[in-house]
Amino acid sequence: MLTLLVNGEKRQVDVSPDTPLLWVLRDDLGLTGTKYGCGMALCGACTVHVNGEAVCSCVTPVSALAGKKITTIEGLSRNSDHPLQKAWAVEQVSQCGYCQSGQIMSAAALLAKTPHPSDADIDHAMTGNICRCGTYQQIRAAIHYVAKQGD
Amino acid sequence: MDTELNIARRNFLKVSATLGAGLTLAFYLPASLGAARKFATSNDTFMQNAFIRIGTDSQVTVIVKHLEMGQGVFTGLPTLIAEELDADWSQISVKAAPADAKLYKNLAWGAPQGTGQSNSMANSFDQMRQAGATARAMLVTAAAEQWGVSTEEITVSKGIVQHRNSKRKANFGELADKASQMPVPDNVKLKDMKDFQYIGKPVVRKDTMEKLNGTAKYTIDMQQTGMLTAVVAHPPLFGAKVKSYDASKTKAIKGVIDVVQIPTGVAVLAEGFWPAKLGRDALKIEWDTSTANILGSDEILQQYKVLAKTSGAVVRSEGNADKALAGASKRVAAAFEFPYLAHAAMEPMDCAIALTETGCELWHGEQFQTLTQLNVSKALGIKLDQVKINTLYAGGSFGRRGNPSSDYQLEATHIVKAIAGRVPIKLLWTREDDMRAGFYRPLNYHTLEAALDDKGNIVAWHHRIVGQSILAGTPIEGVMLEKGHDPMSMEGANDMPYRSPNVLVDLHSPKINVPVLWWRSVAHTHTAFSIETFIDELAAKVDKDPVEFRREQLAGEPRLLNVLNLAVEKSGWGKPMTKGRGRGIALHKSFNTYVAQVAEVTVTKDGKVKVDHVTCAVDCGIAVNPEIIASQMQGGIGFGLSAAMKGAITLKNGKVEQSNFHDYEPIRMNEMPHVDVHIVPSNEAPSGVGEPGVPPIAPAVCNAIFMATGIRIRSLPISLHDLSDT
Repeated sequence: MLTLLVNGEKRQVDVSPDTPLLWVLRDDLGLTGTKYGCGMALCGACTVHVNGEAVCSCVTPVSALAGKKITTIEGLSRNSDHPLQKAWAVEQVSQCGYCQSGQIMSAAALLAKTPHPSDADIDHAMTGNICRCGTYQQIRAAIHYVAKQGD
Repeated sequence: MDTELNIARRNFLKVSATLGAGLTLAFYLPASLGAARKFATSNDTFMQNAFIRIGTDSQVTVIVKHLEMGQGVFTGLPTLIAEELDADWSQISVKAAPADAKLYKNLAWGAPQGTGQSNSMANSFDQMRQAGATARAMLVTAAAEQWGVSTEEITVSKGIVQHRNSKRKANFGELADKASQMPVPDNVKLKDMKDFQYIGKPVVRKDTMEKLNGTAKYTIDMQQTGMLTAVVAHPPLFGAKVKSYDASKTKAIKGVIDVVQIPTGVAVLAEGFWPAKLGRDALKIEWDTSTANILGSDEILQQYKVLAKTSGAVVRSEGNADKALAGASKRVAAAFEFPYLAHAAMEPMDCAIALTETGCELWHGEQFQTLTQLNVSKALGIKLDQVKINTLYAGGSFGRRGNPSSDYQLEATHIVKAIAGRVPIKLLWTREDDMRAGFYRPLNYHTLEAALDDKGNIVAWHHRIVGQSILAGTPIEGVMLEKGHDPMSMEGANDMPYRSPNVLVDLHSPKINVPVLWWRSVAHTHTAFSIETFIDELAAKVDKDPVEFRREQLAGEPRLLNVLNLAVEKSGWGKPMTKGRGRGIALHKSFNTYVAQVAEVTVTKDGKVKVDHVTCAVDCGIAVNPEIIASQMQGGIGFGLSAAMKGAITLKNGKVEQSNFHDYEPIRMNEMPHVDVHIVPSNEAPSGVGEPGVPPIAPAVCNAIFMATGIRIRSLPISLHDLSDT
């Protein structure tokens, strides 16, 4: 049995230690907001926060997470009201929506460190997150929207 | 009330009794109101459409017959109903229609239910508005009867029904019960455009909230008691089969429950994806490759080049192109190469299925419900209507989830059949499975030859296309093949818009054992490229500006000219650019929508291409939701650009060389240009926006690269070419 701290709760899971966090979240803990896209940390659909850092859960074995604070899209805010989630609604970002949990988690990690990111900062932080629908322009606008709200 | 209407009401009540839930009342309305009386005597066909439910809580549920895959149809179609119903946008919720072609067929296709050809809005525009207006009329009649006033004196606004003089008012919920007893009117008046409250305005997407907090349910998220996850070992070559396999190591893995052989490989069933995947990796399989494709894509291309030297099936012929070309003083010829392309939707293909007492039930993002019902029913030996499909959100599709062969749906079916339906199963493909499964945009080879007269007008045009048929061998081959030619191979070329007295378009459809499929904008992905870059070559041949040349050659195409002029005006066409930068234009009509794009690029000294900015002008008739239209244009440009810049699926000795996003890489945040979208105001019937943004971007970018470097790109992707300034 492994104990994980997910979205502020202690959760016990009975999985082999090399199981990627993504599949523990999805298949064992029922937290399906975090998505599978590539399994190789190439697309960012599986992005969660570990101690506040954006990481790809598809290549992070659960054995590496003892005592660490894991946050998924479900735990980002209590009522879907994180400033980025509000901005995502204002800018009407989502199309198919599949990559957006990961996009929001990457953007949240960016803004936590850099509240007023430049376009170059956004490029740097968000380049690991692929969107096949091509919502990049709206994602960029939503991140800037939050930065402006903070002023 | 006359007899016919009594029957109508009985049918209505009968249907609502079957499908209605609790206090929810249902309006099931005919497609065309003329049809209401016509079908009034037939229980089966009268209630042809079931699109609106109004609950006693005033909730209006709109049942959407098309797949929401990102294109916004869960917002666009409810907008039409809200408009004519005069509902408040906040009282509208959306539900996916079940698979039932009798009720939910695509009116553009006739019989089957499905989503494609960017026609969701076009085929639903009148149908949804009539449904909304009919429900409104029944609410008004109910109010008039209740208050003892004339219907003429009643207004409806934002979900409130009101009597003008007495100020009596009621919400939809208060009237729903009585309204359901009212006769279905056979003639309702639709609004004038000037009275639109929602159409033409950017209402908030209905799928917004659940797609920003992780609650939107996709196939991959399906969970049911006992459901097992299936991961399949697929053959290494198209057409290969399992000869034998050894699953002893697989079965030793904790969580693995079963291993079964199916027609497409060996399936490992486990409690969750990870053990299933580990189990799949531990399989030892011997494959029979005797009937497999072992051709590489280079060899396929060489075969096509040989074929292109011979005449193909004629799909358009006017005048005598051969003769006019032979006698011309100015001739231009070029050949174009296009690779296979994978759809690579963010959610790899997946499908959940259970065998049930009445047949089977599927949960997935289905683009083509009726054909999957047909294919699955055949595989299970049951009737089509015993196949129940729950259409979920699709994590992208781009055509891939509308496969007439229902490849991954059938794979799931064979797995659940192999375990005799003991438990429900969820088939998940890895990214590698998805990318190597075929059903690609076909590899294509084109030749184009044109002649110009002394005034610089096109006098002959010969376009030859070599590419696999998408429809041949599918269940809809007979329905859709026109005169033996596959329109999916040549659309955009056979209706080439430029004026020429002599036109020949011919087509070769070689049979190659690589599965192919439509890919967002289908043949337009290649026909627009060869035509629009070739037009620039012709303009250069007669020393004309590419815009001027297009204007001259497009007479009689007002809507194309219009988007051309709009894009030119908004882009600052003709303004000087610094060295290494270029501007290019392309335009194309697809799915009855007209799009022109101007791309601005920078090519660095070492040959790197960056698309900086795109101006996009679109005429899609009435712009139902301008924000979604803009998003679809931007998304289409991003999708088209991914392929143009570096997209290629290649085969070596039959084996697909790419596997994941490192070797088949879509554009990322830092590569996405800023896109300005300008919509042409229009009173024309609305046409699609899901696909038409794609075709012009690759030629616009390559025309811009020519301006920047003097290099003509005639084969894609752009990454194949050395553009360095050395």
